[in-house]
Order: sequence, then structure tokens, then C-alpha cells
Amino acid sequence: MNFVEAVGLTKTYTPKGAEPVHALDGLDLSVPRGTITAILGPNGAGKTTAVKVLTTLIVPDSGTATIGGIDVLRRPEAIRPIIGVSGQYAAVDENLTGFENLDMVGRLYHLGAKASRARAKELIDLFDLSEAQNRPVKGFSGGMRRRIDLAGALVTQPEVLFLDEPTTGLDPRSRLGMWDIIRSLVSQGSTVLLTTQYLEEADQLADDINVIDEGRVIARGTADELKASVGGQRVELNLVTPDDTVATVEVLRRYGTSEPAVSNDSRTVTVSVASGPEALQLVLRDLEQQNVALFDAGMRRPTLDDVFLRLTGHTTADAEAETVKEKAP
Amino acid sequence: MTVGAAIRTDATARPGPLSRWINDGWITTRRNLIKIKRVPDILVFTTLQPIMFVLLFTYVYAGVIDIPGSTYTEFIMAGIFAQTVVFGSTYSGSAMAQDLKDGIIDRFRTLPMSPSAVLIGRTNGDLLINSISMGVMMATGFVVGWRIRSSFLEAVGGVAILLLFAYGLSWVMAFLGMMVRSPEVINNVSFLILFPLTFISNAFVPAETLPPPLRLIAEWNPVTWLVQAARELFGNVPPGTPVGDRWVQQNPELAVLIGVVVILIIFVPLAIRRFSQVTSR
Ligand SMILES: Nc1ncnc2c1ncn2[C@@H]1O[C@H](COP(=O)(O)OP(=O)(O)O)[C@@H](O)[C@H]1O
Ligand SMILES: [Mg+2]
Repeated sequence: MNFVEAVGLTKTYTPKGAEPVHALDGLDLSVPRGTITAILGPNGAGKTTAVKVLTTLIVPDSGTATIGGIDVLRRPEAIRPIIGVSGQYAAVDENLTGFENLDMVGRLYHLGAKASRARAKELIDLFDLSEAQNRPVKGFSGGMRRRIDLAGALVTQPEVLFLDEPTTGLDPRSRLGMWDIIRSLVSQGSTVLLTTQYLEEADQLADDINVIDEGRVIARGTADELKASVGGQRVELNLVTPDDTVATVEVLRRYGTSEPAVSNDSRTVTVSVASGPEALQLVLRDLEQQNVALFDAGMRRPTLDDVFLRLTGHTTADAEAETVKEKAP
Repeated sequence: MTVGAAIRTDATARPGPLSRWINDGWITTRRNLIKIKRVPDILVFTTLQPIMFVLLFTYVYAGVIDIPGSTYTEFIMAGIFAQTVVFGSTYSGSAMAQDLKDGIIDRFRTLPMSPSAVLIGRTNGDLLINSISMGVMMATGFVVGWRIRSSFLEAVGGVAILLLFAYGLSWVMAFLGMMVRSPEVINNVSFLILFPLTFISNAFVPAETLPPPLRLIAEWNPVTWLVQAARELFGNVPPGTPVGDRWVQQNPELAVLIGVVVILIIFVPLAIRRFSQVTSR
């Protein structure tokens, strides 16, 4: 049985004087107990809306959701004691210290004064927050706030943890630290639902990935399955002149496992390949023979963009542009 | 690293609903007390501004406005009390809007806490600020010659009715803060509404001296009832002041009490319902 289960969630926003936005458009989700499931999607795909429905913050227009068999929409008060939430933007009280923030959350979980203080102290140590322990959160970096916020979600050991874009806006070092924290949570058997815009992150952390776009799941699988669906590694070439595009596509066809993709400005050509280093060597040799001048050549792993491009025919940047257009009055 | 702990919210060990409600209200009140301590501007403003008002009004206007049978200082104090506590009730509006902006309301709403607790803590914060202002203003008033000319109990009633009125207004402001969502807009709008409301009243001049259309507004203005009630309870009504023939003019204390009860009956549930639905954008 899945621990978190959502079926057919819809939520439509109708901003004044603008087209309605289908933030959720029949979203299905399931999170097995003791696993990390990721919701992967570009900005505006509906990730935050989905998390807010599951964490009792908003009521969907239709659909059902259960956590541990409890109906989220009918009995939100029974859901709140068993979940931990860290939203997209750190929800901490600026005027309280790190310690006071965590202590307050403990008291509001009704742990009692002594246990709340003890747990706050423990989390300060675990999350390396001693710097923020006795100073108001105001003035601390985004990474520090995020950690306090995540610690707040773990004041009780929740049965399921919701993390909405836990690393967006963090510097690379803080991101790695956050990954470590999340991994250690799961090694202890926690159930986690996290959202992200990065395939790499879902790949690093999640057992199961739901790719969503415009409020719907458009693909589901492990990171390997998703990457395999768009071919493994790819070779990407940046041309000095668009005149060489045809010749380049010709060469890439010989070694690629997919049809080469050409960017709008005709200067970037990409193809998926079975084995990156080998293919790159062969491609460069052939291009040299044809005197094709290159700005840049390299291998890269598939990104969310590649998955997106294959699944929807548009890139994540397009999807975002569309959302922005929809939002504009 | 081990993040887990032996602590779990054990449903059977949880306290009953009443003690949870008291706990939650206390914890959110404590949060606002810490804020008052950490952001001293609020406290400085709430103590200095009333002192300034008392001094300005008593020394600038005392010689101009003649109150037969009494002094302008004695007359004005109830007005300054009323104006100060009315403005003191607006913190709840901007604070709720700010909490919404900061996303901390989302945190509270995902915790197993009472949905009224944040609002109770917030309005308690205003009540405390206003109590401090009242103390400061009364002390300053004594220094410049204001005297309570009623019994001790009546004077306590005077303080209570001022604080109660502001408390009711705090719930209205908290509700508006969650509707408007912008602390700046809430501040500006309440300024635009409350300034005329306190000035077109009997707070600073006897209502009889206002030109007829304003006088009509003043007579129906709840701030007038409040000021009249406070003036009566402190024994500061100038002798020989005519009492109007309307019921509210004859029973300002009762009118204020009924008004506050009505406001609380309407706005407490409205604010709690709004809190239970609202989320950051
Ligand atoms: N309160 C709201 N009012 C109007 N539109 C909203 C609101 N919340 C979300 N949306 C819109 O719904 C869509 C999905 O938003 P969201 O769930 O925040 O996406 P994500 O978290 O994946 O970036 C977006 O187009 C967004 O603009
Ligand atoms: Mg989001």
C-alpha cells in the first residue's frame, strides 16, 4: 500500500482579468512507505500546489488524497501531527533565534517545555546551526534559513516529510549538505516527497520520479529509466558558423542513437550516444576532416530539458515562458 | 548523522483540547512578546508618541480651546487615550500581513495547533502594547495636571473600556491584514481611515463645537462613544456639558460594550476562518 496517495487532483486559479490557470490538472501521485519520491518539473508546473494540497494548506477543486489511509481533505487535523513540511520559501520567524524557532515548533506539536527545548538543542547540533542558535534569524543566509526550516519540519520524527524545492537558491556547497541530510533521513526509513527542477537532484536522491508539466504527471520511473528514455549520454557541439550545421548533423547521425537536435540559432547540435568518450573522439575526427570549426565540444548527461523535450516537444524554458504568458494580464 | 529522535507525537499522550488551546495561545503570545523585545521601535513608538501627544495638545491648544468649568488638559486626556489605543490596534493588521508574506503562516497551518492560536497571540500582543501606552500616558497626564475625579473602580473601568475597544479593533485589523496581504497597504489604509475617525469626534474638541454635518458624523462615530465613556469614567466631563437626547449619548459605556461584543462575534469567527484557508503566494 502506498503511504501517500493522490488521485485526480485539480486546482484552477482564475486571476482577475486573466485566463484561468490549471495549476493541477488531474494529478496522480503515490509515495511508497520508506522511499523518496520526487516531483520533477519546471517552474509553474504545479509542484508547490501539489505539496500544499497534501500538507492541508489548500483544498483542491476535485480529487482525493490520503496519507497513511487518512483522508487529507476530510480530516486535515489528523494529518498535521504525522507530517513534516519544509516549503519552497523558508518559513521561519525573523525575530526569533534559531533555537526559539525550533522550540516554538516543538511546543506547538505539544511536546511539552522540557522535551521541546531538548529537541531544539539536538537539532541545532545535528544541523550545524550553532551560529544561529542564539541570534535572531534576521540577517542569516538563505542556506542557514533553509536548514532551520528543515529542522523545523523534523522536530517530531514525522511519518512523512514534504520538501518543496529544498535546494533551490542554495550555493553548491549548501546543496551537497542538504543532499546529505535528506539521504540520511531516508536511510533511517523516513518517507519523503520532494520537488525539484533538476533531474540531477532527483537522480541523486529519489527512488521514484514523477515528471510533471501543466499540473499532470507526464512520465514516471526511476532516474535511470527516464534517462534511458531519452538516450544515455549526449554529445553537444557549438559551431562557429551556422553554415556547417548540415555537415555536422550528417556526422552526428553516424554515431548517435537519436536524431540530432539543432538549436534555434542553428549553432548548437546535440545527439544522444551509447558511449560518450568514444563517440566524441570519432565525431571530432570526422569534423576535422570536413574542416568544421568549433567553439566548443563536449559530452553531457541528459537533463530535465532532454526528458522534457522528448515528452512534450518543448523545453522547460518554453514551459516557463508559457506560464509567464498565462500569468500576464 | 542521525536526524531521528525517540520523540514522536503520541496521540494518547497529547494534552486535552482546552490545555492545548491555552498552550498554543501562550506560545504564540510569547512569540509576539519576544518580537516587542527585539524590535524596540514598536515600544519606543508606543511610549514616546503618546507622551508627545499629551505634551503637544496640552501646551499648544490649552490656551486656545476654552473648556468652561474645567481645563483643556483634563478634557483632552480621554481623547488622547482613545486615539492612541485605536492606532495601537493596527499592529495586528500589518503583523498578520507580514506573517503571510514571510510564509510563517504556512508553517503554523501545517502544525497540529489550534487555528485560533496565532490570532489570539497577535491580538494579545496589541493588548500588551496598548496597556503599556496607557500606563505611560496616564503617568504623563498626571505630570501635566490631569486628575482622575471619579472612584478607583470607575477609573479601572475607564482603562478597561479603552483597552477592550482596541482589542475588538485588533481582530478586525487581523482579519483585514489577511485579506489585503500587504503590510504597507494595511498601514496606509488604516491611517487614512483612523485619522479622520479619531478627529471627527469629541476626542479633541467638544462635539457641540463642530459644524453641523461633522457633528452628525461625530455623534454616530463609535470613537465619540468611547471618548465619552472614558471621560465619564475618569470623571473628566466638564460640568454643565449638555447631554444629547440620543440613547448612545446617554449610555456611551453600554454602547461601546455592545459594539465590541458585536464586533467580536462577527470578526473572531471570520478571522479564524480566513486563517484556516489562507496561504502564502
Ligand atoms: N494563488 C495563486 N493564484 C493564481 N495563480 C496561482 C496561484 N498559485 C499558483 N498559481 C499558478 O499555478 C501554476 C502552478 O504553480 P506552482 O504550483 O506554484 O508551480 P511550481 O511550484 O511547480 O513552480 C503557476 O502557473 C502559478 O502561476
Ligand atoms: Mg514552487
